[in-house]
Amino acid sequence: MSGATATADVIPVKRKMGSLERQRLWALRGSFAALSVFVVIFLVPPFYMIMTSLKSSAEISAQKGNPWIVQNPTMDNFIYLATNEQFQRYFLNSVWVTALVVIISMTIGILAAFSLSRMGFKGSQLIASGVFLTYLVPPSLLFIPLFQIVGSMGLINNTWVLVLLFPTLAVPFCTWIMIGYFSSIPKELDEAALIDGASYPQILVKIFIPVALPGIIAATIFAFTVAWGAFLYPLAYLYSADQAVLTVGIVRELIRGDVFAWGMIMAACVMAAAPPVIIYTFLMDYYVAGLTAGATKG
Amino acid sequence: MATVSIRKVVKAYEGDVQAVKGIDLEIEDHEFVVLVGPSGCGKSTTLRMIAGLEEITAGEICIDGDVVNDVPPRDRDIAMVFQNYALYPHMSVFENMAFGLKLRKFPKDEIKRRVDDAAKMLDIQMLLDRKPKALSGGQRQRVAMGRAIVRNPKVFLFDEPLSNLDAKLRVQMRTEIKKVHQLVPTTTVYVTHDQIEAMTLADRVVVMNHGIIEQVGAPQELYHNPHTRFVAGFIGSPAMNFLPVQVIDEGGLKVQLADGTRMAIPPQRVDRYGPFKGKKMTLGIRPEHMTEIHEVEKPGVQRMNALVDVIEPMGMETLVHHFVNGVALCSRIDPNTHTGPGETLPLAIDMNNMHLIEDASNKVI
Repeated sequence: MSGATATADVIPVKRKMGSLERQRLWALRGSFAALSVFVVIFLVPPFYMIMTSLKSSAEISAQKGNPWIVQNPTMDNFIYLATNEQFQRYFLNSVWVTALVVIISMTIGILAAFSLSRMGFKGSQLIASGVFLTYLVPPSLLFIPLFQIVGSMGLINNTWVLVLLFPTLAVPFCTWIMIGYFSSIPKELDEAALIDGASYPQILVKIFIPVALPGIIAATIFAFTVAWGAFLYPLAYLYSADQAVLTVGIVRELIRGDVFAWGMIMAACVMAAAPPVIIYTFLMDYYVAGLTAGATKG
Repeated sequence: MATVSIRKVVKAYEGDVQAVKGIDLEIEDHEFVVLVGPSGCGKSTTLRMIAGLEEITAGEICIDGDVVNDVPPRDRDIAMVFQNYALYPHMSVFENMAFGLKLRKFPKDEIKRRVDDAAKMLDIQMLLDRKPKALSGGQRQRVAMGRAIVRNPKVFLFDEPLSNLDAKLRVQMRTEIKKVHQLVPTTTVYVTHDQIEAMTLADRVVVMNHGIIEQVGAPQELYHNPHTRFVAGFIGSPAMNFLPVQVIDEGGLKVQLADGTRMAIPPQRVDRYGPFKGKKMTLGIRPEHMTEIHEVEKPGVQRMNALVDVIEPMGMETLVHHFVNGVALCSRIDPNTHTGPGETLPLAIDMNNMHLIEDASNKVI
């Protein structure tokens, strides 16, 4: 009884003081609950991937034991792949294709975004919208007509085809992000540079690129992801083992008929996922800043 | 150091909107000229045309005798200070100030000497290593000025440089700008919408309105001798009072208010105002010439009664907002004068400082 009166005394005071805090508390609880679900959904597969990659084939096919925990960790899968010439070739192909795609896409994207956001020529608005529209066309719709085109160029089953095609996916989005970012740079900044004696190329290199670096890094990461993770185009256009890249190579080499070399597949996935993870980790802050800037201004 | 000539300059945008409608202006060497006017009057556009940031639709602009219509900004040898400072955010203060010199391939020691000199003049030596985001608004403005000074250009252009500062800092920086111009007397064109800034800084003020120049003159001249109703109302704070009157000639030339109050026109002005006998005109009188009644009045002082609305004590003076025949007016009176809202305040009107405006042409007679 006395306890009840005590709480009755306390509660009204608390309610009066902290109705906002109370609302915030509920919002926090809600976000935590929702985010927990997301964390589980997104982190369980990589966790399982890493666990499986450390298991031997015997352990994977064993019926007993907890499948989520590795009992006898082994690096055999990784060692096998790292010393496998075929896998090395896939990896190298992915690396040089991605590097070239990033360089090409960013060069085109930066120049396009700069001219579209700053030079204000006739029709620049129309072109800017056109750039965005091309991004809306899904790649899966394009790969059959593109097959015709690259076929006539004699590029089927040649890794270079990816260097030609990936920028068509990366450039529109990169340009769009950077148009947004460049537009958020005050006009007076280039006017000041213009008066200070800079030419347009100098304004781009000395002012825009350094100031818009977060946006440029965000676009770079996007171009990297497009080139590194793409599956459809390499699957469609490359069929011999020496031309394939990592994404397709894993599936082709390590799944033979209905035999899945799970340990090795997972190890290959870990190795394939490592470069993006490393890059994201280092550039995360820039990436977020870049995406939000593009979002509000684009 | 150079002269700037603006001849019949027009700026038209698409859809035949004319921002600047054929203005003429000669700016002398070393002169500090302020373009002032309400927003949209074309003052910034004019400045940007001098800078080369806007194309000139018609007419020509000369800097130092050379037509610069088709000369790009970097070859006009000008420096500009922007309202939002426009400092390069990724560069230190030193790099910001040195940027223009570096692009022009000045030797390193020359750059350092010039930046150090300018920094000393603006009292920002200790900030040279900082990035703009670590500076206060006033410091940023100094850096922006430093960036202009180191270039030692023919012409300085200022585009509302003090608008982003708080009131106290604005007054301080205003003095600073004047001091810099006294030390480095470069020809300067300064744009502001603040008429006090215009009055305090300028050798000559150019009042613009709707794309035309209303009047050009020294600050005192504009204040005491406005040519149009717009200039009369724009220059001076609080603004000049305007009262509808009729000019009559009954025992000497007089103006008659709507309620029948008559005030004699001083004899030295009779010739000037005589031709407007019988016409409805507007009487313009500044708040400081509409004061409380004194025991001994100067010749030419007339009286009228006003209904007090709001009283604003400023310390050394008191502003009284009141109505005369339903027209809202303002007076500067002695702070010791006793009055209150709703009371009738007898006012002494110094007719020696009156202005008579013709309603049809808006010209001051």
